[in-house]
Amino acid sequence: MSTAVAITAEDAEKKPTTRRWRADSLDLVVTPALFLILTTLLIVVWNYSDFDQTTTNILEPAKLWRQFQEQLFVAFWSTVLVVVIAVPVGILVTRENVPKIKDTLVSILGLGQALPAYGLIVLFFVWLGQGAVTVIIALATFALLPVLRNTIVGLEQVDKAVIEAGKGMGMTGPQRLAKIEMPLSVPVILAGIRTATVINVGMAALAFLIGGGGLGETINAGLKLNRPTAIFVGAVLVALVALAFDFIGGLAQRYLRPKGV
Amino acid sequence: MNAEPLIKLEDVTKAYPGVEEPAVKELNLAVNPGEILVLVGPSGCGKSTTLRLINRMIEPTGGRIIYEGQDVTKGDPNELRRRIGYVIQQIGLFPHRTIAENIATVPKLLKWPKDKINARVDELLEVVSMDPSIYRDRYPSELSGGQAQRVGVARALGADPDVLLMDEPFGAIDPITRDRLQNEFLRLQGELKKTIVFVTHDIDEAVKMGDRIAILREQSEIAQLDTPEHILTDPADEFVENFLGSGAILKTLTLRRVKDIELSPLVTLKEPFQRDQALREMSDANTNVAVLLDRNDHPTRWIDEKALNRSSSLDRAGRPITVQLQPEDTLQDALSAMLTSAAGMAVVVDARGHYLGGCTVESLAGLLIQTGQESADS
Ligand SMILES: Nc1ncnc2c1ncn2[C@@H]1O[C@H](COP(=O)(O)OP(=O)(O)O)[C@@H](O)[C@H]1O
Ligand SMILES: [Mg+2]
Repeated sequence: MSTAVAITAEDAEKKPTTRRWRADSLDLVVTPALFLILTTLLIVVWNYSDFDQTTTNILEPAKLWRQFQEQLFVAFWSTVLVVVIAVPVGILVTRENVPKIKDTLVSILGLGQALPAYGLIVLFFVWLGQGAVTVIIALATFALLPVLRNTIVGLEQVDKAVIEAGKGMGMTGPQRLAKIEMPLSVPVILAGIRTATVINVGMAALAFLIGGGGLGETINAGLKLNRPTAIFVGAVLVALVALAFDFIGGLAQRYLRPKGV
Repeated sequence: MNAEPLIKLEDVTKAYPGVEEPAVKELNLAVNPGEILVLVGPSGCGKSTTLRLINRMIEPTGGRIIYEGQDVTKGDPNELRRRIGYVIQQIGLFPHRTIAENIATVPKLLKWPKDKINARVDELLEVVSMDPSIYRDRYPSELSGGQAQRVGVARALGADPDVLLMDEPFGAIDPITRDRLQNEFLRLQGELKKTIVFVTHDIDEAVKMGDRIAILREQSEIAQLDTPEHILTDPADEFVENFLGSGAILKTLTLRRVKDIELSPLVTLKEPFQRDQALREMSDANTNVAVLLDRNDHPTRWIDEKALNRSSSLDRAGRPITVQLQPEDTLQDALSAMLTSAAGMAVVVDARGHYLGGCTVESLAGLLIQTGQESADS
């Protein structure tokens, strides 16, 4: 039946193509702002505080640069390790025909995260000896949970009807995974990876404890020799690196989000 | 129908693991080529389970399912599903794929060449009355519920399957849009002649859509399998009677279409016209309302004698015509149109909105009485 009312009802039903305001646009503004404030503070402190010989030694630019690189090295590889382990495991435990072990797995890793990262590093030190590799493995263990959990949640939040439709049209299991489930869980998985990255960048400051280097050395020296300026510079540098990575993560989340969702 | 059934279920049983009673128990059912077979029954009676057994979304625990003469449980289920269209209530469009990509899903799985796929996508969008140039590159989130379901149907038709399985396809859509989609779908089926198994819990939809209806009770047991006419006029038992609810005869109105009855000519007015002549025509026709047509023969207003006598301009006289019927509409639509219309009758227009004639309560009443007598006789 065609009625005048019906036509307007259909029109009203049409969704306008509005651009949705996203909460994650906010941190693309807040993070750079924080970054700028901290950088300004750093420059002020660097230029206007009294550098005695000890402070100058601790904050020698070549040394800071080396520590910065070590920090990134540890953070980068621990994140890579987390991703190559947690994402496939997350995929595996959410498959239809795999026993439901995912809740148990998440609980166990939750225990791991309940330990202080400091304790975890020491534990792995006892087991694997000192060096950056030990730190990388310890941090990866610590940051595994957010990525695994987000992979599982990401895959499970995909509308079951969409997967059912794919199956009903004859897409194989791997095709459904690659073409439906993964693209639709990318935003959630990326959020987990972003969290893990920031954790790893920050926690890499503990690498110095077992000879893994990093900006933690500067903070530690400042603490031992009672040089607040050095402590401040070290801490702010760690924070700046973390903020930078968080920002990159935010950008990735925004631009790697599949179109249409 | 004497053709060999296209789909045959033989003693099919499905027991879900951990559930004692099977959801489908020893079901025998044959689907003929080119028919719409509706499975209707109360919620939980096993309709969806039955449907999903046909394309092996789930595997039977007993019995055989024959499709095109072959046992479907032998062979690759994915390959089978690419040959059978499947539409579900939630539609399940891929939100990250454009409308075109959604519709291209099965052709792509079948590795059709690109230009053949593109041509097919445009063709299917036309088939479901959506302009390809507008909708091809849109995403599902930009569609209304009705449009999304159209795309769902187009996608199911992707590689031109012989069989469509539809599980409450119009269940989540508002009544007005649903009605329109049902009509469009029936018109489409008139051309496509697919073999369709259609699941619904709504007896009115079943009567409207079905060539044959299987009324199911618990465990997919067939209470009655027959044409809508026979079921409505001759229910097999109390269960069917209860399921049909009151007014089974009234429901036969959904079986007939406006084009099946003779339209009554109404008095029409079109500018410029002679007032006196119009009044004379109305009294000759023994009526006190006329239909005002605009320049393009689109009915616009009901004009009665009073309005004709009083007002100088007819643009605002009488009452606007808000409801129009088309030949494809059911007589049930016609009845409600008449009851809501200001004139107690309804105008019928063609697809372009041009005036065709009128539909009156008297013509319907005659038909109903006739049906009632037939059913009492049988
Ligand atoms: N995956 C499943 N596991 C166990 N029981 C199920 C499953 N799917 C459906 N059922 C049960 O099977 C019966 C029939 O369900 P279904 O076919 O969905 O009914 P309908 O579509 O007619 O509403 C119901 O009792 C339902 O609870
Ligand atoms: Mg169902």
